[in-house]
Amino acid sequence: MGPLLVSSGAASVLCMAVDASLAGRTFPAVAPYDVTAERVAEFAAATGTPYATGDPAPATFPIVVAFAAMQQLMADPSVGIELHHVVHGEQRFAYERPVRVGDRLAAELTVDSLRQIGGADIIATSSAVTDARGALVCTTRAVLVHKATDR
Amino acid sequence: MTGWAEGLELPTHTYRVTRADLVRYAGASGDRNPIHWSDRVATSVGLPGVIAHGMFTLALAGRAVDSWAGAPGRVRALGAKFTRPVVVPDDDEGAEVVVTGAVKSVEDTREGQLVTVAMTVTSGADKVLGMPTATFLGGPGAGDRVG
Repeated sequence: MGPLLVSSGAASVLCMAVDASLAGRTFPAVAPYDVTAERVAEFAAATGTPYATGDPAPATFPIVVAFAAMQQLMADPSVGIELHHVVHGEQRFAYERPVRVGDRLAAELTVDSLRQIGGADIIATSSAVTDARGALVCTTRAVLVHKATDR
Repeated sequence: MTGWAEGLELPTHTYRVTRADLVRYAGASGDRNPIHWSDRVATSVGLPGVIAHGMFTLALAGRAVDSWAGAPGRVRALGAKFTRPVVVPDDDEGAEVVVTGAVKSVEDTREGQLVTVAMTVTSGADKVLGMPTATFLGGPGAGDRVG
């Protein structure tokens, strides 16, 4: 089974603390993601979002690309994150424009800050989602909570 | 028809979430974490049972925002903290997610009016999202706002 990101509310188990040098690191853009009509329609159907051919993608659609960037961060053996013990604590999007069918998107993730509170690593990340021309489409900010001790 | 104004209460939207929805969302989003489909795994990490993806719940908030804005693609910002899980029982009813919103501020820009809404997103008695907010371009006559 591949790396996992616990999306919300999961409890914790014992694992190593995250390397303090992680703050400020940037992870190279993940492989381009081609936004096809089928993928947008599938995402819209899965979230019950009304969708007609030619509509922009649902607002949260860029999570698909940002999620791939987060998976890359967590799969990096130098980072020291225990994948199963990460809770998705917060997610925010700021859009330059909606995502449309035909876009080729890439995401580059930066670790903005790393704090330790009550035995948990609070990892604040931002990902720049860009199109084929390199223009910014949206910025996604995720806070990942990595529990370092058992409750 | 009145325009967008601070304090304007927006229509409430109620959505149902079933296990089948979570399976579809896992496939569409790439988030295949078993806590969103396996009671065995969910309870092993201390959850009461299978929970919805936080991003699924935020997508429902996004649906409400599209509805208020009157068209898709008008959203300029959307976000929340994932504070409480939406527990989705293994039955045909699933869980209910209720999204309410009120206009927090209105800013006139070259593009038009940028409307920022503060939402409340609940499932049962729980507020499941923390500080859910959205900003969208509110065109004249757009949306299902109460005018």
